[in-house]
Amino acid sequence: MKAVFTRPESLTDKPFHFCPGCHHGVIHRLVAEAIDHYGVREKTIGAASVGCSVFLYDYFDIDVVESPHGRAPAVATGIKRANPDRFVLLYQGDGDLAAIGTAEIIHAANRGENLTVVFVNNTVYGMTGGQMAPTTLLGQPTTTSPYGREFGQDGYPIKMTEMLAQLEGVGYAARVAVDTPARLAKARKAVFQAFETQVEEKGMGFVEILATCPTNWGLPPLEAVKRVETEMIPYFPLGVYKERKGKDFL
Amino acid sequence: MAKLAIREERCKSCGICIEFCPENCLEIGDKLNAQGYRCVRLADPDACRACGICGRMCPDVVIEVWK
Ligand SMILES: Cc1ncc(C[n+]2csc(CCOP(=O)(O)OP(=O)(O)O)c2C)c(N)n1
Ligand code: SF4
Ligand code: SF4
Ligand code: SF4
Ligand SMILES: [Mg+2]
Repeated sequence: MKAVFTRPESLTDKPFHFCPGCHHGVIHRLVAEAIDHYGVREKTIGAASVGCSVFLYDYFDIDVVESPHGRAPAVATGIKRANPDRFVLLYQGDGDLAAIGTAEIIHAANRGENLTVVFVNNTVYGMTGGQMAPTTLLGQPTTTSPYGREFGQDGYPIKMTEMLAQLEGVGYAARVAVDTPARLAKARKAVFQAFETQVEEKGMGFVEILATCPTNWGLPPLEAVKRVETEMIPYFPLGVYKERKGKDFL
Repeated sequence: MAKLAIREERCKSCGICIEFCPENCLEIGDKLNAQGYRCVRLADPDACRACGICGRMCPDVVIEVWK
């Protein structure tokens, strides 16, 4: 029989601890497929963030340095500069990347570090109980914005991909979603492209993935999946925001 | 002929595979797994065309598909 879909080799056999319907699981699998595809499992070093993705080292058959609280781009910079032959993978949530570690990601991107960043935007601090993040949508109730996010008080949801795409050091920047089979297929391509950017030394490869957090949104899994399309995509438009063709740095 | 391997002990009963199966051949079964979730089952094996969508959409890599 011919395999149509099987578990990627770069995932260990450990069951995910994620809540039912949490997109972290799908995104982990896409990343593992990219590691398999580019044959970099033996030379990949991960830089993991704080948040529900903190157990990266348990789920991937790669080496991982825990770099919590938004510091992954700084730690990864050191790893990559000391070992340029290694493939360095960052996997960060929105609380971690867009709030706690905003300075680190912006400057690593601006320096054009050859890193691959998978940014999981679920519009909340998931692991700590659903507090408001810079990505929380206007009107969205969270534990720290119980009446909904209000721009006069909390500002606007931050669009990291658009921001980073402006920086010369970024070789690839895209926003994708994994809520339907068609969008999942595009997301897979984008993750692969973010890998390729590092392989070809074209600067930072950045992919933002819109994701569910059913638990902290207070929604059953399928309703959470629908929210990606009805509320998230209209504010966070999908697409490729930057794609460097050659090594055409200024 | 399609073959599905469902690792029932990993299923979290989220319903995503059922929602996106184009042939409507999956359903939540009666069996509880050790985690306390009712696991998904292939209710209509003849209708399955081994497209792999259930496996790809599942957040917990529960289903593998062969053809
Ligand atoms: C010193 C310290 N401060 C704060 C925290 C709390 N903390 C744990 S995870 C997290 C952020 C999680 O949010 P996000 O990056 O969006 O990841 P998600 O869980 O949503 O994937 C924070 C602030 C901590 N563990 N330790
Ligand atoms: S709290 Fe949210 S992000 Fe964390 S595992 Fe549960 S659903 Fe996923
Ligand atoms: S392989 Fe396709 S047709 Fe068969 S159960 Fe899965 S989604 Fe349905
Ligand atoms: S998508 Fe996966 S976890 Fe969810 S019901 Fe189907 S098999 Fe179970
Ligand atoms: Mg988050």
